[in-house]
Amino acid sequence: MTVPARPTEQQVWDALAEIPDPEIPVVSLVELGVVKSVQVDGHSVRIDFTPTFLGCPALEVMRDAMANSVRALGAEPHVEVVLDDSWSTDRITPQGREKLRAAGFAPPAPRASRPLRLVELQRGGFRCPYCGSSDTKLENLFGPTPCRSVRYCNACRQPFEQFKTI
Amino acid sequence: MSERAQRLLEIADDELILGWRDSEWTGIAPSLEEDVAFSSIAQNEIGHARALYELAAHHLGTTADELAFDRSPEEYRCAPLVQLRRVDWAHTIARHWLYETADELRLARLKQSDDPEVAGLAAKMDREEVYHRLHAQMWADHLRDEPRFRSAVEELWPYAVGVVDEDLRQALAQRLNLARDTSSIGERGDPSDEFRALWDEMTMVRRSVPGATW
Repeated sequence: MTVPARPTEQQVWDALAEIPDPEIPVVSLVELGVVKSVQVDGHSVRIDFTPTFLGCPALEVMRDAMANSVRALGAEPHVEVVLDDSWSTDRITPQGREKLRAAGFAPPAPRASRPLRLVELQRGGFRCPYCGSSDTKLENLFGPTPCRSVRYCNACRQPFEQFKTI
Repeated sequence: MSERAQRLLEIADDELILGWRDSEWTGIAPSLEEDVAFSSIAQNEIGHARALYELAAHHLGTTADELAFDRSPEEYRCAPLVQLRRVDWAHTIARHWLYETADELRLARLKQSDDPEVAGLAAKMDREEVYHRLHAQMWADHLRDEPRFRSAVEELWPYAVGVVDEDLRQALAQRLNLARDTSSIGERGDPSDEFRALWDEMTMVRRSVPGATW
């Protein structure tokens, strides 16, 4: 019989930092900012997890991956999905943003204090992740997943995916 | 059932059924971009429905799936607006524009709720819905002078008012810049034949093997 382990909080965070996002595996769940908190109580590990978009089909995959990585540490996982307003694209870490950009996903613009307007998205200013030009235009508000829009770079003539700011 | 659970189910049912209707455009929207956009909006609405059902299910001692699929048509609380069948693109955009605007007013109120779970979820939904509204507004501006769009708005307005509480109906008319009276057609909890047909299709797989794990 195996003796249940008592991992430290840091060990849990390190393990979670190894889990890739199921849709965009260049960033980890920690870099995505969806792990709200980790609490270790003896053999039991509680993780509060905030979904990105509520319609994201990867939610269950993320939750199961976190539970599995806690089990791999020998502890018992309790992953709670927190449906509050605490996640926003501002929670993506600087390293996560850079990895997104390097993989061809333009990272989200910072949240503004006032509501977003269509004209702001339609004009240029959003930078192409490939060539760095800001001469880009909105092609479609919606992309392959709810979290992304599609833009086109007039400079290098490439379509690219732009993370939406929420 | 508590008033809170009833309220959550109304909104969840609206989002589920509208999401289902929106998804009926998948593969046949007027352009590839709109196919992607409308499918994405549909997915997002159903995601909102799931989160609302989970909140309700927690207090009702059931599950989101049971609430979404195991009730009889008479038990659904969705507004008559979302029950209407899919017609053409102009009609779809008219419903989208009317619904998203009504939903914005409803969410603004829920964000002020004393219940932190409800207020928190409403705030999260509201931030995602911004993109639905931008999409709806873009198309409404584009089709504003099209006769088919205008007649669809006239036809659907009495249904749209039924999405929000009576004291928000005047505000809805103002927000949409429609000087109309605010009497509504139909009531929640009164399933139309069009809704019954949707329900039949939506629950068919689950009814075929009750209790199965998929």
